Amino acid sequence: MSGLFDVTIIGAGVIGSAIARKLSSYDLKIALVEKECDVSFGVSKANSGIIHGGFHHDSTTLKSRLEVKGNLMFDQLKEELHFPFHRCGILVAAFNNDEMRTVEKLYQNGVNNKAIGIELCNHERILNLEPKLNRDVVGGLYAPGGGIIEPYRFVFSLVESAKKNGVELLTDFKVTGRVETDDRYRLESADGRSIESKWVVNAAGLYSDEISRIFEAEDFTITPRKGEEFLLDRNASAFTSKVIFPAPSHVSKGMLVIPTAEGTTMVGPTAQMVDDKQDASTSKANFQAIFSSARRLVPAVSERDIITSFTGLRPTIEGDDFYIEASSIKPRFVQVAGIQSPGLTAAPAIADHVKDILKVEGLSLSEKPGYDPYIEDVPRFRNSSKEELDALIAENPAYGEVICRCENISEAEIVAAVRQGHDTLDGVKFYTRAMMGRCQGGFCTHKIMKIISRETGMSMDELTKRGGGSWLVNKKVGDFALRDRA
Amino acid sequence: MKTIKRDVLVIGGGSAGMAAAAEIRGRNHTVAIVERDNLLGGILNQCIHNGFGLHRFKEELTGPEYAERYTEIIEDSDIEVFTGTTVTEIEKNDEGKKVYAFSAHHGMIVFQVRAVVLAMGCRERNRGNIGTPGTRPAGVYTAGLAQRLVNMEGLMPGSKCVIVGSGDIGLIMARRMSWVGADVRAVVEIQPYPAGLTRNIVQCLNDFNIPLHLSHVVSKIYGKDRVEGVDITPLRDGIELTEETFHIECDTLLLSVGLIPDNEIARKAGIDINPETNGPLVDSSLMTSVRGIFACGNVLHVHDLVDYVSEESHRCGAFVCDYLESQSEERQFRMIPGSNLKYVIPNRFRADRDNHFYMRSLIVRNHAELVLTLDGKEMGRKKLRHIQPSEMISFTLKEKDLQLSDLNNDSTLEISLVG
Repeated sequence: MSGLFDVTIIGAGVIGSAIARKLSSYDLKIALVEKECDVSFGVSKANSGIIHGGFHHDSTTLKSRLEVKGNLMFDQLKEELHFPFHRCGILVAAFNNDEMRTVEKLYQNGVNNKAIGIELCNHERILNLEPKLNRDVVGGLYAPGGGIIEPYRFVFSLVESAKKNGVELLTDFKVTGRVETDDRYRLESADGRSIESKWVVNAAGLYSDEISRIFEAEDFTITPRKGEEFLLDRNASAFTSKVIFPAPSHVSKGMLVIPTAEGTTMVGPTAQMVDDKQDASTSKANFQAIFSSARRLVPAVSERDIITSFTGLRPTIEGDDFYIEASSIKPRFVQVAGIQSPGLTAAPAIADHVKDILKVEGLSLSEKPGYDPYIEDVPRFRNSSKEELDALIAENPAYGEVICRCENISEAEIVAAVRQGHDTLDGVKFYTRAMMGRCQGGFCTHKIMKIISRETGMSMDELTKRGGGSWLVNKKVGDFALRDRA
Repeated sequence: MKTIKRDVLVIGGGSAGMAAAAEIRGRNHTVAIVERDNLLGGILNQCIHNGFGLHRFKEELTGPEYAERYTEIIEDSDIEVFTGTTVTEIEKNDEGKKVYAFSAHHGMIVFQVRAVVLAMGCRERNRGNIGTPGTRPAGVYTAGLAQRLVNMEGLMPGSKCVIVGSGDIGLIMARRMSWVGADVRAVVEIQPYPAGLTRNIVQCLNDFNIPLHLSHVVSKIYGKDRVEGVDITPLRDGIELTEETFHIECDTLLLSVGLIPDNEIARKAGIDINPETNGPLVDSSLMTSVRGIFACGNVLHVHDLVDYVSEESHRCGAFVCDYLESQSEERQFRMIPGSNLKYVIPNRFRADRDNHFYMRSLIVRNHAELVLTLDGKEMGRKKLRHIQPSEMISFTLKEKDLQLSDLNNDSTLEISLVG
């Protein structure tokens, strides 16, 4: 980290990362700064992973334009970046005439938005498309263009690609101050580091309002809306072939049944406004609500299959749309805020849009001759045929060492994660899926700790779950002088 | 790729797998063991406390010592052991079973065998399985993982602990954490009675003045980065008495909330699973619903003593040999659990030999009777001094107690507990 950056993007969630990668195709010196110890550890981590079908939002909104455009970009992105993505299709199930009328409005939205292949279904058609639906379903909507991805893995890939093309990633860099001179900003981090940049993009998610305040730019408020989700075992009979939505309400798209890109089932999320941007706690009351709502859609959903639950916070902003504009107060400062659903779907289109804004505002963009959109694909044990595995092990014996027995993750994949800079338990977990299966790390956590320690040289008591004070072990057995970690 | 042809493949090199393999080799059939870990013994290796082997060896051994007894038997035989090797799939073919396994050393190994013994043990239930609300900080560990960290890696998972569940591993870890200098502040048990063996309540909690809160739950976990504390709420008739909630500060939460047989390979092979045990349904020879695949030890049902695992697995090994040697199939009859029993294993019985049954009670009683009924007619009773769900009941039905002439194809034997 040195010198002067042309563009600095604050926030390495899916939006910041997509912008960084897009800009990395131009001849620019770019910094991507993130307050957490790894990328995607904020809003993007606890995302439902849905690539939306382009029918939830009115065609007049920026949201819907970017959603439909973004959706179409994922096939190419998957080719380049190898993240798990399936265009499995989305169904919206209606259980009475009122809901059917809501669904008809969605259909009209989809038609106006030019969503691919969208159709209205009667009772037979929708059950034919998804036999696990509750048989009381009256009809619904089918959006074959919708799909699912692993959201964190998408972010990791975007950042890997951006880094490959010259973007500098600075983690644990929490912007707490800025100094402005004629043609540049100095961004100061909580730990005393600072960088200088001509342009700044505010993609700080939940904290974009605070960043805007630090820059003395527009005054707006981001309110977190909590969404609690439950993950079910990959053997759960509730696993559907398509993403199942209920008819939406005015605040949210409702609680869904989601077949994840990797074969587990997710149910949720709730939609609850909270005050605290750090309140990612789960509660017992939501548990009841989610399961009764999910079972109404798919009766096979069962609490017996739960392997874990988690909470995500969506960064909501006043009004019904994304807030993506050059600041009208501060020069060379672009606001990318209020990116709640369908932000993940729209992310690649948002990146293009931000690039266009920067260009209009005067950033000179010339294409970088050596730009390479492809990153290396790390073969995965669980996705390889027996013969492929045999060959992989011959080349790299670490493929023969299965570390995570539930998800079949080999040592080679863990090592690849650590070498990509994911050196916390959560980093490894979200890169590889190790510890994400039914035993939730009961068997493999200590093995993964040893691999991280071996690869990075960190001692076991320096390892963390997700940076900061999330230590895993605090001393050696026999070391009775308690070290104070508080 | 390596192809290995043997009579039997045993999947899992813990106490069950080793006992079954030893028995099979003892009757001159060729047998190999595959084990994921780099050494034999399974979870016994991390159980450095004593109390193992009282039935089997008439001595009090530690887990590693017990494992060593069996490891020596295996090493002294010509049983091949493939450590660091993971089985991914079992296929049927004309010659029997084809088992695919992978290791860093061998790459893919294909075992072509006539019979398979499943001995993969079990895994621990975790936070998600019990749905504990709150934040998701570091410091929530299963008791077994904590045991591994302390006993094998020499690392402290934390300093101030609360333990959820009074299962044996949780109790043993309460004592272990106290010994290595941690402050164990409470053990919280949702049931009105302890889930572990009585001797462990005495030796692991009472001796260390660790409070046991029966009929209580951890109702919330606090802490952003690392666990900072938990709320504990009493239960009355299954309802949380929220107004009586109290808070305990701690940096570590250990979960000992039950074990589940590890049956993913079994499921993939199309084996029928018993919903009461999460292990395979087995006949009187411990054979699963797929002919030629047997199961024993904790993958079949969770045992409370390793001694019982060994005993059952030796028997399983003998049944495998009978299967390999015999031409005709024996007649078997239905065995079902009656009142007050969670399950009975095996799920079939034969009339031409002794039948050993393992079962688990649903009730706690000081005096109870085991009642056997054949097709609705009582045929015997046995007095039991004390029963509780955590202590497995074993029972042998002697060959002489059964008359083949009393049995027809639909005959059903039912075992009940009356207390």
